[in-house]
Parts: sequence; structure tokens; C-alpha cells
Amino acid sequence: MTGRLTNKIALITGAARGIGRAQAVRFAEEGADIVAVDVCGPIDTVHVPSSTPDDLAETASLVERAGGRVVTEIVDVRDSEELRAAADRGAAELGGIDIVCATAGVTSRGTAVELSEAAWRTMLDVNLTGVWNTCTASAPHLISRGAGSMVLVSSIAGLRGLIGVAHYTAAKHGVVGLMRSLAHDLAPHGVRVNCVHPTNADTPLIQNDLVRSGFRPDLDRPPTRDEFAAAATRMNLLAVPWVQPVDVANASLFLASDEARYITAVSLPVDAGSTQR
Amino acid sequence: MPDLTDQVVLVTGAASGTGRVHCQRFADAGADVIALDRPEAVDDLGETADGVLRRGRRCATGTADISSLAEVASAVDSGVNELGRLDVIVANAGIHTPNRSAWEISPEEWQRNLDVNLTGVWHTVKAGVPHLGPDGGAVVIISSTNGLRGTSGTAPYTATKHAVVGLARTLANELGPRRVRVNTVHPGAVATPVVRNPATYKRLRPDLDNPTEADAIEALTARNLIPVPWVEPVDVANAAVFLASDQARYITGTQLVVDAGLTQKTT
Repeated sequence: MTGRLTNKIALITGAARGIGRAQAVRFAEEGADIVAVDVCGPIDTVHVPSSTPDDLAETASLVERAGGRVVTEIVDVRDSEELRAAADRGAAELGGIDIVCATAGVTSRGTAVELSEAAWRTMLDVNLTGVWNTCTASAPHLISRGAGSMVLVSSIAGLRGLIGVAHYTAAKHGVVGLMRSLAHDLAPHGVRVNCVHPTNADTPLIQNDLVRSGFRPDLDRPPTRDEFAAAATRMNLLAVPWVQPVDVANASLFLASDEARYITAVSLPVDAGSTQR
Repeated sequence: MPDLTDQVVLVTGAASGTGRVHCQRFADAGADVIALDRPEAVDDLGETADGVLRRGRRCATGTADISSLAEVASAVDSGVNELGRLDVIVANAGIHTPNRSAWEISPEEWQRNLDVNLTGVWHTVKAGVPHLGPDGGAVVIISSTNGLRGTSGTAPYTATKHAVVGLARTLANELGPRRVRVNTVHPGAVATPVVRNPATYKRLRPDLDNPTEADAIEALTARNLIPVPWVEPVDVANAAVFLASDQARYITGTQLVVDAGLTQKTT
């Protein structure tokens, strides 16, 4: 049986762990080679645990075990020049770029009126401008192929508002607007652009005291994983607290593959029904 | 492609067009098929069954007027009896609207659209859902880009295709606890006889007296972001197979658009 991404090359940001790693491994299982990009370090105003070079190396090893070639690049998506250089190096080494997953993102908390200017600015820089940087750095490679697919990782917060994350919600909605415009700009070049919208995914980005506490304001201490799960389950239609990174990767895989050759400019929730509850 | 080995899928409108291709693609993914269509389409339904059998899967065929709950329930029950279980429901049967303005549609035409495109979907779900097993399942309702926006000359069609979105969203709430997922697929123009006929060409090119298919293709292509006139039935079926599979196990209550960018094109 042939893979669904045989001979394709995918550039994935946020690839050190979580959803980005799942995309890298899942795509490699289907025959793709991977340019794995991650900042591998802390970001100011973001208090969730940061990724490390070891995390990215682990992703690379998982990709190779799945049969894929891999190039790793430690780059901050806010740095457009570095990102462009990384995309060019990855394309040169692996033979081009066919698929882009703009997955790198951060979370922090604060109601709209309480957010610091720095927290607001960092959020937009990483979660919105970082996506734009990723797409523009890779687009020339897809355009030169006359084909390709971009998958932008938005969020249920790209479709509806959530309490205490105004900056995150604004950025994730912004990604949808960017996706719709990019789909127009790139369609003449045979490149499709779509969003996936996960509900809570079981990754370090949500499994930490800061995010967990936001779900249980009734407690005077950080909730346990189980206490968080009970609260998170109530967000969804299906009786699960969160989705797994592989579920977001499977949806990305479908959108990246030829099975979705005529699907462009759509928003695909992977949200256990959360946005319909 | 996603794996549905040994699952059983119910497909309505299975005798031709996109419905037949749904049957083929689900069989490609390893599923057995209960193929339903109108009594008048029984010969074509046989050809659909042959396509499933050629792929090494079982096929139970049944005929029913989709607007009759008793007929649909009887056909579904009999299909499930024959194949032993039911995991996936693809509510695909539908009719198109005569090309007339909303106020020129006759009450009979209006009601016929509702009976088939909306009540028929509800009948399919009502007959099928009780057969879904304890492990849950998936319902895929084939709507249209007209389930997301209106176009001239399609009032009853557009109304019903919007309505099935409301039905799907409600079902997703009701069936979530049973691990049954419910989603809609929204194709743009699909390369079937529903689109490829002189009446549709005339609707697409009102500026011409006798538009050809080439004239229609020009107009259709101009509507899309991706420079193709239409999607193929297999593209709709691929989306349905994905939504029905475990790869979409946490996707419910959503609308998946397969339209070459039609609904997002602004110029």
C-alpha cells in the first residue's frame, strides 16, 4: 500500500512536540520527508513550559523511525529572515517543499482589559505574524512546484470567543482571515490553504498549571489532570476532555493529501463538537 | 486512505452519480455496503452492487421512496439483517430544483424538495440510528454549498440544504453521548448528470441562447478559486470516508466544504 504523502516534503513549525510533532510523525508514516522547525526555548510573557532542543531531536528520531528523512531547524517564527533561510535550506536538502503546517503557537492568560501590552503583542507576533512568516517563507517553493497544500493550525478560538484569552482568540481568528486570503492568492498556483481548529489538545501547551487553573477558577490551587479533565469534558459534545495530537495530525494529513485536492479555504474543526455545544 | 475494514455503511441515492461512488470508495476502504435508491432505479442499483462486489466487499441493495418512512425503515432493517450490523450512515439521496425564482415555484415542487432532501434525510437517520452499535458510529449528511449560501433559482433546494445543517447540529448534540458523530459535507458543482445537462448550462449562461458544455465550463471555472469547473464524485466520497473513519473520531457537528473554493471566491 502506497503512502498518502509519498515523495512529498512537509515543512512543519512547532515540530518539537505536541501537534507539530504528531504531524511530522504521521506525515512521515505516509511517506513524507520533514523540515522540522521549532524555537526550542522560552518566549517572553509566555509562562507555559517551553520546548527544548532535545524535544526537536526526539521528533527527528521519530520521523526517521517512521521511514522519513528529516532536517531540523531551530528558528523563532517571529524572525522572518531566519525562517526564510531555514525553508530554503530544508528545500535544498530534501528537494523542495510541497506541504506547510503552520503549527507553532503559544498560550498565555488574561482578560482583555487586564492583558499587558507585551503579552498582547507577543501573542500576535507568534500566533498570527508567525503564521504569515511561515507561509511567505515557504510559498515560493510551493509556487515553483505549481502545487501544494498549507494547513494553518487555528483553534476553536478561531471560530468563537473564549474567556480569558482575548489576545489568543484575536490571533486565531486572524489566522482564518489570513488563510482565506492566501487561498485566493495561491489558488492560481495550484496551492490550497486550509485551517484546522482543535479544541483542547493533550499537549504541554494546555497540560500545565496556568491553563488548568483557568478552567477551575473555583479552586484555590492548580487543578489535577483529572479535575481539569472533568471541566474540559463539559466543553465538548463527545464525552472526552481533549483530543490527542494525532487527531489534529490526521485531519491535517487529509487536507494535505490528494484526497482533498479540491478543498481550499475551509475551516475544519477537530473539536469533539465543542463549537456546536 | 482511511480504514473501515468490516464496517457496514448505509448509502442512500446509491444507484448513480455521487451515491454510487460513495459505495465504491467505502468498499475500497474495506466496508460492506447497504445501497438504497428509488424502485425505478433498481437496474442501476444492481450496477452499483456489482462495483462493490468487484472490490471484494458485500452489498445489500434495497429500494424505497425516501419520502416514506415505512419504506425506508423496511429497506434499512432488511439491509442490516443481511449484513449483520451498521456503523456508518451516508444520507446522500437528493433532488435538484427547477430553475425558477422562489415566488414562481409551485407548492407541489416546494413540498417535493422538502420531502426528499430534508424529510428523506431525517427518515434515513431515524431508520438507521437505532441500528448503530454500542461502539457508536458516524452519520455523514451530503448537503451542498447551497447549505451555506443562496443562489438564484434554487429556493427550495437551498432551504433544504440549509435545513439539514440544523438537523445535523441537533443530532450531533443528541448522539454525542453515544459516540455517534454527525457531520455534513458541502460539495460545489459535482461532475454528474445533475450538473452536466442543458438546463443547468442554460442557468449558468443565461446570456447565450443554446449554451454548450464548454460555455458552462467557462462559467463554472470562473466561480472557483481552484481553476476547475467542478469536483468529481470521488472527491465528495473521499471527504465522507474521512469523516466516517477513526481518523476523524473527534470531529462532530461540523461542515466540511468540498467546493474548489467556490464559497470563498469574492470576485
